[in-house]
Amino acid sequence: MTRFASDHTASPLIFEQGQDGRANRYVDEGAPLTDYLPKDVLRGHLPLPDNSELAVVRHFTRLSQRTFGIDVGFYPLGSCTMKYNPRVNDAMASLPALRDLHPYTPDELSQGALQIMWELERTFCSLFGMAAFSLNPSAGAHAELAALLIAKAYFKDRGETQRDKVIVPDTAHGTNPASAAMCGFKVISLKSDERGRVSVDELKKVLGPDTAVCMMTNPNTLGLFEDHIHEITQAVHEAGGLMYYDGANANALMGNARPGDMGFDLMHLNTHKTFTIPHGGGGAGHGPVGVAAHLVDFLPTPYVRSRKKTNGAAHADRAPSDQLEFWLDFDRPKSIGPMRSFWSNFAHCVRALAYIYANGAEGLTKVSQLAVLNANYIRVKVRDFLDTPYDEICRHEFVASAQELKKETGVRALDIAKALLDRGFMAPTMYFPLIVPECLMIEPTETESKETLDEFIGALREIVQAAKSDPEAIMAAPQYTVVGRLDETKAARQPDLRWRPATA
Amino acid sequence: MAQPADLLYSKEHEWVKVEGDVATIGITDYAQNSLGDIVYVELPKVGAHVAQMGTVGVVESVKAVSDLFTPIGGEVTEVNGELENDPALVNREPFAGGWMFKLRLSDASQTSGLLSAADYEQLTQE
Amino acid sequence: MYTPHTERDIAQMLEAIGAASLEDLVKVPDAVKIREQLDIVPALAESDIVRRFEHFAKKNTGVSCVSFLGAGAYRHYAPPAIAALAMRGEFLTAYTPYQAEVSQGYLQAIYEWQTYICLLTGLDIANASVYDGATALAEAAIMSINANGRKKILVSRAIHPNYRAVLKTYCDGLDVTIDELPVAEDGTTDLSGIAARVAGKEYAAVAVQSPNFFGNVDTPDSQAQNAIRESGTVLIGVVAEALSLAALQTPASWGAEIVAGEAQSFGVAQAYGGPYVGFIASSKEHMRRIPGRLVGKTGDVHGNEAYVLTLQAREQHIRRERATSNICTNQAHCALIATIYLALMGKTGLRDAASANLKRSRELATRVSSVPGCTLQFDAPFFNEIVVNVHRPAREVLAELQKRGILGGVDLGRFYPEYADCILMAATELTSAADIETLAATLQEVVHDTVRV
Repeated sequence: MTRFASDHTASPLIFEQGQDGRANRYVDEGAPLTDYLPKDVLRGHLPLPDNSELAVVRHFTRLSQRTFGIDVGFYPLGSCTMKYNPRVNDAMASLPALRDLHPYTPDELSQGALQIMWELERTFCSLFGMAAFSLNPSAGAHAELAALLIAKAYFKDRGETQRDKVIVPDTAHGTNPASAAMCGFKVISLKSDERGRVSVDELKKVLGPDTAVCMMTNPNTLGLFEDHIHEITQAVHEAGGLMYYDGANANALMGNARPGDMGFDLMHLNTHKTFTIPHGGGGAGHGPVGVAAHLVDFLPTPYVRSRKKTNGAAHADRAPSDQLEFWLDFDRPKSIGPMRSFWSNFAHCVRALAYIYANGAEGLTKVSQLAVLNANYIRVKVRDFLDTPYDEICRHEFVASAQELKKETGVRALDIAKALLDRGFMAPTMYFPLIVPECLMIEPTETESKETLDEFIGALREIVQAAKSDPEAIMAAPQYTVVGRLDETKAARQPDLRWRPATA
Repeated sequence: MAQPADLLYSKEHEWVKVEGDVATIGITDYAQNSLGDIVYVELPKVGAHVAQMGTVGVVESVKAVSDLFTPIGGEVTEVNGELENDPALVNREPFAGGWMFKLRLSDASQTSGLLSAADYEQLTQE
Repeated sequence: MYTPHTERDIAQMLEAIGAASLEDLVKVPDAVKIREQLDIVPALAESDIVRRFEHFAKKNTGVSCVSFLGAGAYRHYAPPAIAALAMRGEFLTAYTPYQAEVSQGYLQAIYEWQTYICLLTGLDIANASVYDGATALAEAAIMSINANGRKKILVSRAIHPNYRAVLKTYCDGLDVTIDELPVAEDGTTDLSGIAARVAGKEYAAVAVQSPNFFGNVDTPDSQAQNAIRESGTVLIGVVAEALSLAALQTPASWGAEIVAGEAQSFGVAQAYGGPYVGFIASSKEHMRRIPGRLVGKTGDVHGNEAYVLTLQAREQHIRRERATSNICTNQAHCALIATIYLALMGKTGLRDAASANLKRSRELATRVSSVPGCTLQFDAPFFNEIVVNVHRPAREVLAELQKRGILGGVDLGRFYPEYADCILMAATELTSAADIETLAATLQEVVHDTVRV
């Protein structure tokens, strides 16, 4: 039943395995450091282990076997868009001339890299209806911060520094209020209506001359399309505020609707969700930030620009972008400045563009339709045995609630999630959004087959049935994973965040 | 756990014990129970002047975090250093060993807005 | 398209849902409909995708030049075993290890990363990584502000200009002011007036980088350390070339309470600037203020040793607007690469690599300064980078070198008008004696030429 080795013993740490004299020879044996530097600037002891290459290979191979990834099984993780990560993307990012390019290589000698970034940026603009994107920010939260800094700079430029309120619906991702606080904005939380949407009336009550930004995701984290979006963006604009689109859920509407057409002024993308960048265990992500025309000047630096080639050999070229030459523009006086050391998570630009090439406009449009199809298919099957509090056509994800089951059996959303681990599935997102009690948030993505969805639905149904006949068994899950439930209280009360040498 | 009758209570689930011009403050059994296993308590600095209803610290459980308000204003004279090593004291003995800080009252009349044990009991029943 | 749906699947699923068509499922109100043709590249078969990217790759002619570029991104040897392990699908396609029961392997790897960073920096704790060196500095500044409540930061002008620029971006948001410490004649931070500057207790932190942007070892002496500590100011140590940690005194030993660094040198590809991997290490006192994820060791219900993400109450998904930072992702996969690199190299390999960097950079310094018209700008001890004064606009000299297939380094005038005649050059274990000879010979020719111009 389980797909994990039932080996409960943790691997010894790499620090507990080393032996002096077991070094690998990757570089020439070097002269003593004192040959080059005075002793007082040199460190004495370097307390790191020497291990043979084989020992290191076995160590990390074993660690990989104790790790669940998309390549291992289905990830119904709401809000995270855990779709298949095509291998060709990684192969392209590993082409030596893309992988080994130094960021300070002059523009004339990095034309391929700049062209990739330019094509990606232009694609995002068209696909999401924005005037420009910066590929600078490193992740979604980072892009949110960039967007709010842009808003702050924009209002300062207009002499409207009194605008210090950011409106965030109660279904928003936790990063929204955290990012707002980092820009000195005060957060106003907006209660959702009984349909799980932003209430236009409630919104209008909090709008005013102090409104800076309203941050929304659409579809929202309940998986519901904000059908009053046009009225919402109009009301915020009338109050002089800006609309921000949290692109975490962009996989639901790519090619079928655009934040720009809805009236959003600012947005970000999580290319590690929508555009198949591997999550890599929690990063590196990639968070392009997009803006409407009135905000282009404020984008982070540098920004990739293009101009017609002066002496291009047109006959050898294959695409319109091949007629152009590109450069990094650092000279942008109104810019908020750079968000990171260098220009972009470029390897991720490569992956995202490779994915776009694999799909084209038609393919990307179909991708989100099938993502929505998969989510709704699970939803209509799951509502036979779990509550689905917002029972209507959802987008790429939906929420179910174990509240009734908990009352009846004591089994909570958390227990269901852990029981899924025993059955070879990743757990759904739990207890988010905060407004749904005992929430399970399920997002299957478009890359899963009907067979996989049926297996998952079957496992979930079986767990709910077992909860009614033998709740203790479900509450004791997981049983078949390498370890059982963790003592998180101990971890937080007596933090052990590193290994220490025995004698140090 | 019953609410000790000799204490005063706030709607934000703090308790106050007034002895002369010094008040001892902690969080109630109801509060520790709803937070779950407390893993960390951030306390005010000794000597700090705090205003009534000001945020003076933070109480963290494994997966929740809650601001610590002071139900009355004054100068912080002592904090419970034990909590640094053993935050679970707040779970075990919320009204005794789990006290959080003491302050010298700036205005004794501020206690008039606080609840009695019976009133607080009723509040938690609602 | 990577979607497995057959027409039959789609029909069956639509029927189960009770929807007429796929378009029906994604309907939006008329007012917000797309009204233009999407301008997107045409779909290609995989074999054509490869051809397209090979075309892009060919246009990156810079990779085949003899290069002395460094300045925060370094070319070091990365054993092939790193990619073989890190690219395993379990690692590559894992989500953040919130479900610890099925993520023990990754959690352990991050615990090992945290330990490596502690051992290298000499500090008590390290987080699971942040975006890169520049954002690490910004986050370290925020930690300091949260620690002592002050709203100004004092930074050395010898810190990487990009790091300072990013710090400014963040500080603009927080309404925090940045002041700068000047560079002394020898190419290190001028700390002569530090005691007076911190005495007013208005700075949350003082930040210095070692090796600094010019490659020089740049650490405060004990007097400066004392003045900083006694004023309650946090000393932030910045490390942009992590390999130096294998050779130089630990930042903890020169008084840094927080270290903000970049670990790209540990096996992470240069990749035109990213992704890289930042790290933050600190003394115990700052544990609750450290941003981002932390892995801790604990037990499970059966008494097995196990690892878990911990101290999560600091983070945005719980604290929301009260969080220590908005950071959500870390750079787990780059941190994994760095951890595998460190495990493979071991202390012996790291010492040897550091030694080779010292050797090559000294050969570079000796050879280049023997070229007529070229001098070394500074005389402080350095790690693997040097500043060469060519006594004419560096920009012009670099352009001439570029025409001859050499990337001679970074034009310092780009960041420091007073050093417009200076080039920042790096040499690592991958720089050959022949590369150095080619550079020196060409430089001789070029410098001679630009004199005539």
